[in-house]
Amino acid sequence: MINSRFFNRSELIGFVTLALLLFLILPLTLDIFRLNLVAKYLTYAFVAVGLVLCWGYGGILSLGQGVFFGLGGYCMAMYLKLEASSVENTKIQSTPGIPDFMDWNQITQLPLFWKPFHSFPFTLLAILLVPAFFSFIIGAAMFKRRVGGVYFAIITQAIAAILTILIVGQQGYTGGINGITDLRTLHGWDIRTDHAKFILYFVEVVLLFGCIVLAQFIRLTKLGRILVAMREQEDRVRFSGYSVANFKIFAFCMAAIFAAIGGAMFTLEVGFMSPSFVGIVPSIEMVIYTAVGGRLSIFGAVYGTLLVNFAKTSLSESFPQLWLFGLGALFIAVVLAFPDGLAGIWRDYVQPRIDRLMSSRKSKNGWTDSSVADGAPAE
Amino acid sequence: MLIGHQPKEFLLAVEALTVSFDGFKAVNDLSFYVEENEIRVIIGPNGAGKTTVLDLICGKTKATSGSIQFRGQELTKLKENQIVKAGVGRKFQTPSIFDDLTVFENLEISYPRGRTVFGSLAFKRDAAVRERVEEVSEMIFLKDRLNVYAAQLSHGQKQWLEIGMLLIQNPDLLMLDEPVAGMSVSERVKTAELLNRIIKDRSVLVIEHDMKFVEDIAHKITVLHQGQILSEGSMEHVKNDPKVIEVYLGH
Repeated sequence: MINSRFFNRSELIGFVTLALLLFLILPLTLDIFRLNLVAKYLTYAFVAVGLVLCWGYGGILSLGQGVFFGLGGYCMAMYLKLEASSVENTKIQSTPGIPDFMDWNQITQLPLFWKPFHSFPFTLLAILLVPAFFSFIIGAAMFKRRVGGVYFAIITQAIAAILTILIVGQQGYTGGINGITDLRTLHGWDIRTDHAKFILYFVEVVLLFGCIVLAQFIRLTKLGRILVAMREQEDRVRFSGYSVANFKIFAFCMAAIFAAIGGAMFTLEVGFMSPSFVGIVPSIEMVIYTAVGGRLSIFGAVYGTLLVNFAKTSLSESFPQLWLFGLGALFIAVVLAFPDGLAGIWRDYVQPRIDRLMSSRKSKNGWTDSSVADGAPAE
Repeated sequence: MLIGHQPKEFLLAVEALTVSFDGFKAVNDLSFYVEENEIRVIIGPNGAGKTTVLDLICGKTKATSGSIQFRGQELTKLKENQIVKAGVGRKFQTPSIFDDLTVFENLEISYPRGRTVFGSLAFKRDAAVRERVEEVSEMIFLKDRLNVYAAQLSHGQKQWLEIGMLLIQNPDLLMLDEPVAGMSVSERVKTAELLNRIIKDRSVLVIEHDMKFVEDIAHKITVLHQGQILSEGSMEHVKNDPKVIEVYLGH
């Protein structure tokens, strides 16, 4: 599937570079603590790749991706929590066999909606389908009524706030502000060991590349071009015979599913899930990662996520008060000076130099470069 | 076998159409009929409701009351994309094309296949699509610019591109809103030639101010004034109508 038509030359270079970085360079050079940090950062890259499709291509700015990140993360956390709450592990509780926070909240029976999460296959399906369902409902309700732009962004932000309040308020069912903690095993496999973290890192990178390839595939189909068309002239698309709302719903659902996969991986990598990854602030941070990387570049989004998170970790260690100001300033700087983010800087300043170098070498070899049109179809 | 009076088959029958925006009736109890293969030009002073009529037919604006029958189908109840599917194509006043796509991709989006979400995911750029896009690009004088981004086209070329996008849709009723506005003289001549070619085998509804151009192409002219029909008929009839001279042509 990956041939010169699927990725054009510079995209192929980007793909190979990212693969080398994530599969070889980082695992070989970082200790397991730092590698686990990278794994945590990369969970946000899923969200960023989804935002490239939905926001960059489709022009639908969602400031509530934390909702879907959280839904995926909570689905996974519920499964892990139930496994960690075996009767044997929880025999000191007044009701053994239910998660500890339920016991603390005087709940004596496992709530109905928790029960299916005893099953691992159900959990995997739920991670994909629960956010898909919610994003479909939100998308259908908004886009069919032609709600878009800033209004849509504000509504998604409100939804992120509502879900946070709901999770915090329903402490007995959700673990409240602390979230779902003390997760131990996945299907009997201890996820807390260094070895498990190493394996999980690679599982995550493989999944991320799966999402990248899928996003690239979507981008290259006619649907990808319709997303771009919609962003520019929504009416023209409508009067070319397309139901614009359906395409927006699709892009929004894909972004939600990607975010949910990231959220589920986050739970596995970090070992807990809490409402602090669901609300408004994390949702906006996810948009900033995408903007910094370049909202039109799938690879840029991954690099943007990594860089901003590295900066966040190192800066907030030394200047915890300043970090949020720094993040805000970064966002403003990117929007004003580099609207296409890192990928735009690469495309406008670095790539032309490389091309000049390459072409001067090529002309010596008598090689001709057949440039592939940007929107070449996947065949 | 004839039961009652059999009315003549019109392609488009607009009857008692009214739309009011906060009490202001932009189109007021308007009725007109377009026959198969007829070229109808709508003229009238600014604010007469010309563009609103096209908006109503293509579904961009919802009518307050009245009916629009296209081949016996009631358009006022359909969504925009369903109206396109029924066979109505609309060109906007300012060129609305997709700047970040190439000319080829712009035309391809209008190709009437794979218009659903999953249809567009499975859409293949096969020989039929390529041929049709190339054929139309030749008609709209853009054959050698297929791989150019639409943003790089001149104003006139953008207008042609949008006309080309409509041609690919192959509508039975083509609605053009000021197709030659803002064009250079040579572009105007070429556009008139293009329009004369594409209006064959279909009905066309045109809004235009350029009277020479109108005289060239119109079978029948409808003059709108304050949302109502002031006069209707041949160029000769309309030109000599004292009411028309008073509100429109006299100026």
